Amino acid sequence: MIECIDITKKYVNGDTETVALGGVSFRIDAGEFVAIIGPSGSGKSTLMHILGALDIPTSGQFLLDGQDVSDFGDDELAELRNRKIGFVFQAFNLLPRANVIRNVCLPLLYAKVPTTEREELAKQALLRTGLEEDSFYKRSNQLSGGQQQRVAIARALVTNPAMILADEPTGNLDSKTEKIVMQTFQQLHSEGRTIVLITHEAEIAAYAQRVITIRDGSIVADRLNGNSGAQTEVIPGGGFAPPAAGTVSA
Amino acid sequence: MLEQTFWFLSSNKVRSGLTMLGIVVGIGSVIAMISVGQGAQASIKDRITAIGSNLIIVMPGAQRSPGSISAGRGSAHTLTQADADAISSQISNVKVAPELDSRKQVAAKGNNTNTQIIGTVPAYTDVRNEAMDSGSFITGSEDRSSSKVAVLGPSARDDLFGTGADAVGQEIRIGSSMFKVIGVTASKGGSGFNNPDDAIYIPLGTMQHYLVGGSYVSSISVSAASQDAMPGVQQQLADLLLQRHRISNPAMADFSVMNQQDIISTASSVTQTLTLLLASIAGISLLVGGIGIMNMMLTTVTERTREIGLRKSVGAKKGDISMQFLSESVMLTFLGGAIGIVLGFAASLAISHLANMPTSFSYSSVILVFGVSALIGIVFGYYPARRAANLSPIVALRYE
Repeated sequence: MIECIDITKKYVNGDTETVALGGVSFRIDAGEFVAIIGPSGSGKSTLMHILGALDIPTSGQFLLDGQDVSDFGDDELAELRNRKIGFVFQAFNLLPRANVIRNVCLPLLYAKVPTTEREELAKQALLRTGLEEDSFYKRSNQLSGGQQQRVAIARALVTNPAMILADEPTGNLDSKTEKIVMQTFQQLHSEGRTIVLITHEAEIAAYAQRVITIRDGSIVADRLNGNSGAQTEVIPGGGFAPPAAGTVSA
Repeated sequence: MLEQTFWFLSSNKVRSGLTMLGIVVGIGSVIAMISVGQGAQASIKDRITAIGSNLIIVMPGAQRSPGSISAGRGSAHTLTQADADAISSQISNVKVAPELDSRKQVAAKGNNTNTQIIGTVPAYTDVRNEAMDSGSFITGSEDRSSSKVAVLGPSARDDLFGTGADAVGQEIRIGSSMFKVIGVTASKGGSGFNNPDDAIYIPLGTMQHYLVGGSYVSSISVSAASQDAMPGVQQQLADLLLQRHRISNPAMADFSVMNQQDIISTASSVTQTLTLLLASIAGISLLVGGIGIMNMMLTTVTERTREIGLRKSVGAKKGDISMQFLSESVMLTFLGGAIGIVLGFAASLAISHLANMPTSFSYSSVILVFGVSALIGIVFGYYPARRAANLSPIVALRYE
């Protein structure tokens, strides 16, 4: 359902041309939990922008739900993001003065969902992330980091998108909340959601079912995670052990 | 969308309030200044209308001597009582009041003043909208017999007998002749130079025989039946007087004809210029207020770059973003405009009470100013809104 065919992305800055992606091809099926891992400068952010329809490739095709979106204009991309993609960012990016419900409702505003239905949809999405109901009407900057990220996940879920795209979702969290957030992703995966996770940390990638390793603008490894059997397992008390680093890095 | 806008503005109360203040002051001062200007215009128009209705005034031209030294317009002694009689008999539907004016020293009971003595005829009351406060105006028989009777203007009465005193029946001395006061006219509410209340009316014949000497008059006031009739009457007057004075070339006329409408429009154009001047000074503060809005919106766009990036990533189109920012600035100016109108209205009331200046508050200026304030919101909000809308979501999300 997501297909990248020989995608390149070049940036021209004055006379120098930087190749961020040099011909990347892969396919992600519905219901997969994929981690894209690579060190900084590897091109994973550029890839995330293209997968998230925030940017278009210089050449190649990006098919989302069978639709080639490589040559979409700004407004078409915006509509596509609204309908098909749910973003989770490292910095949460919540509206600080707005309450939780209002934050989750934001994509529905642009989806032209009637005002009366928005709040109900937002509550449903929030319940699925396991956020306590008594914080629904708190201002988002009064919540802890873990709670904020779950609000952000709810915001990504609320439009029922084809894919959830998480960019370093645990980068700003301590290890305890990191675990809670990653378990939330695993829970969503077990409910049949497609999740694409961008990270530079092997431990985070280990939660995924499949790991695509990218370096210098090319895919250097694409393998199923050895631990992927644990994907639907409910992990009690944080007893999950990340795999040894050697398993993932290429 | 509106709810979003309102929510954002109210969550930045101090800043929104301060930005709005610029517009409030701008709109408020425009409203106040326009009402002062329009008030002045209305009161000047009222005063001019008070000197008579549908009035046409014939004045003598300049006195020309063989050496061609002109003594100035109005100095010639070419208009006579006979001219006035001819106007009255040959032009239909007009009332005619010739007058002969001269400033004289007047004394009564130890008080004395220097005032305008107007020698005229009974028709003067109709022609110049003169009403009586007490007693009566000059009658036809008093005019014909050159009686030594006088009608006082209220200011002249105040000067000679004390404010509000009953002067009817008293005697005054004008020059070397004694006059009996037979009436006092009602006040026309003038002040300063050319105060119509500071005058004494005596029969025209009395003026010519005892005070000035000569059969000429200093002006002839003619009142037409209606405003529409004025141009026709004015033309007939000119033709008649040219013929009577045996002048074939109208450019050489020894008299001039002015009508009240010309005076009103001259005065109006002065006050209009004044209003425009006041309004444009106030308009500058409105412009400054608008720049304040633009400044605040640009700051807001920079501050909210990440928010813009987020909104775009969850599906906001360019139009959505620019509408959001535009509606914020329009709402600011609209609210500011509404408050400014209330404040301007209050200020114009305060001016008319404290400074005793007439003000006039017109609804058309309110509508105009409301439109202007919304327009300012659009004009000064447009550039920041466009900047926000054109931000790339990638760059905006990365912005620290």
